[in-house]
Amino acid sequence: MPLTPLDLGGPAQPMLSVRGLVKHFPLKKDVFGKGGGVVRAVDGVDFEVLKGETLGVVGESGCGKSTTARLLMQLIIQDQGELIFDGQTVGGSALPLKAYRRQTQMVFQDSYASLNPRLTIEDSIAFAPMVHGVPQSEAVARARDLLGRVGLAPERFAERYPHELSGGQRQRVNIARALALQSRLIILDEAVSALDKSVEAQVLNLLLDLKEDFGLTYVFISHDLNVVRYMSDRVLVMYLGQVVEIGNSETLFNNPAHPYTQALLSSIPTLDPDRRTEKPPLAGDPPNPINPPTGCRFHPRCVHAQDICSQKMPVLAHTAHGQQVACWMHVAGSAHGLAPAHPLGSATQEVA
Amino acid sequence: MHITVDPQKLPELAMQKSAGYWQTVGRRFMQQKVAVAAALVVLVLLVLAVFGPWLAPMDPYQSSILKRLKPIGFPGHLLGTDELGRDMLSRLIVGTRLSLFIGITPVICAFVIGSVIGITAGYAGGWVNTSMMRTIDVFYAFPSVLLAIALSGALGAGITNSLISLTIVFIPPIARVAESVTTQIRGRDFVDAARASGAGAFTIVRVHVLGNVLGPVFVYATSLIAVAMILASGLSFLGLGVKPPEPEWGLMLNTLRTAIYTQPWIAALPGAMIFITSIAFNLLADGLRSAMEIKQ
Repeated sequence: MPLTPLDLGGPAQPMLSVRGLVKHFPLKKDVFGKGGGVVRAVDGVDFEVLKGETLGVVGESGCGKSTTARLLMQLIIQDQGELIFDGQTVGGSALPLKAYRRQTQMVFQDSYASLNPRLTIEDSIAFAPMVHGVPQSEAVARARDLLGRVGLAPERFAERYPHELSGGQRQRVNIARALALQSRLIILDEAVSALDKSVEAQVLNLLLDLKEDFGLTYVFISHDLNVVRYMSDRVLVMYLGQVVEIGNSETLFNNPAHPYTQALLSSIPTLDPDRRTEKPPLAGDPPNPINPPTGCRFHPRCVHAQDICSQKMPVLAHTAHGQQVACWMHVAGSAHGLAPAHPLGSATQEVA
Repeated sequence: MHITVDPQKLPELAMQKSAGYWQTVGRRFMQQKVAVAAALVVLVLLVLAVFGPWLAPMDPYQSSILKRLKPIGFPGHLLGTDELGRDMLSRLIVGTRLSLFIGITPVICAFVIGSVIGITAGYAGGWVNTSMMRTIDVFYAFPSVLLAIALSGALGAGITNSLISLTIVFIPPIARVAESVTTQIRGRDFVDAARASGAGAFTIVRVHVLGNVLGPVFVYATSLIAVAMILASGLSFLGLGVKPPEPEWGLMLNTLRTAIYTQPWIAALPGAMIFITSIAFNLLADGLRSAMEIKQ
């Protein structure tokens, strides 16, 4: 199924550019007009999803991963910022929302809640193509074809209902549905997190195969670092609604630059005594996103925190290893004691 | 002993045609003896309502001065006679049609109107929901009996007016149930998935919301039939609904109240019919509700 006709900018142009994405949820005021305030769920996020890659997104619960996913899918609309899909602004005249949704689809975590219990699975899959004007017979034929592609024999599963399927089978159906529009970008929001480990592995391999077959681009959101490492070409680390580190998967896992990433990686349990971590684990809960700390949002939990960290918010800067990190320790000439004295060479700067 | 079976490798024979949702509900309903019994009672009542005039042993309008207020078991009158000497059995049978009609019709009308209001409010959410539901709450604040009497009194006596007033009485509770179920369904991921596929609100409501909302609302409406019958009987009792000499249980209860000291059993018969009917509809609704609660 060649998708080149839809490809506009060629392979070098990012599939999706996220620029300054902000989403604050207002809190309800009480009867006296007090309270109010906002939950800063996503607070100024910039990143790019390259064509054909898998971008992993990791972070603790409540760090804004799922809000980001819903913003990318435009299920909720951002307060500020924009999405640029293959060079076109999403929701603009060149790429209205409905056209964007034909190219971007999402797989949810809860495999049961994301299927209508009253529809057979072939009807669930055929729904989206029919919305986009595909005749019913053709949409159903496509649904059956996709069921085969995700490993569910259509003659046996097409007319079944969601409650008759196992969690892994249902998630395969959800994947088939996300593919039914021949989308190019698939957002996987904790898509395998609720599955058993053995089923999870099957579904992950299916995702990799489908990516190969259909030339897909994934945004893979998960709290499971091992899974993200297995799946992703690049990884983005979120903390309290902001990007703290983004870089190639291997670079980031081997040389984490941000203290938060380091703490996160050292929390991966290992069975190998030689690889046992000596680094301090992360203490405490993440701060309240209603009233986030000043400066670097991680500084109250950071072992390297110094004065500058509570005063000024760091921006993403390149490290010697090539990833981008938002930490004063990596900004040359910053007031942080551990920061390098000299700026990095131009060789690493041109990665962007 | 745990046996793992790969569903892919099961023989074709073992895979039956998948039972649809309503087939599953039907099977679960049939397992509940009380609900099935209630359904049979409702069925009998419906048969009486349709074929009553042919099933009644005597003319329900034929009065007799000589045989007034005869007891149950009086020769020729199995259930005795009323204050004008009319055969009670025949009047109860023939009265089924009118009693059920004025009990069920307002619920059906309110089901349609209330569902439209509730689903619109629930799916739209936000200020649309708030303004619609607060308006509905104004009606909900009145006790239903008072509201029915006030509306009937304002519209004037007669069957049509009492049907209209009962419909208005039942719109608020049905709209509230429809709104809450819709709000709940709207938060489910499959509605988000439908939105993500680019479908418009109308299509999403038609394909994904209606099927999940109408079931629970229907069950709730079924339970209201009993209330509607009692309210309608009350209106007839007050002279706001059906006019004599029409046989209708509420009206019969009214006209027989003078006989409560001389023939209490006769006077209680229409009340017993109302009681049996409302209990049957309530149990039927309960059975439907538990049959439809399919575990995830």
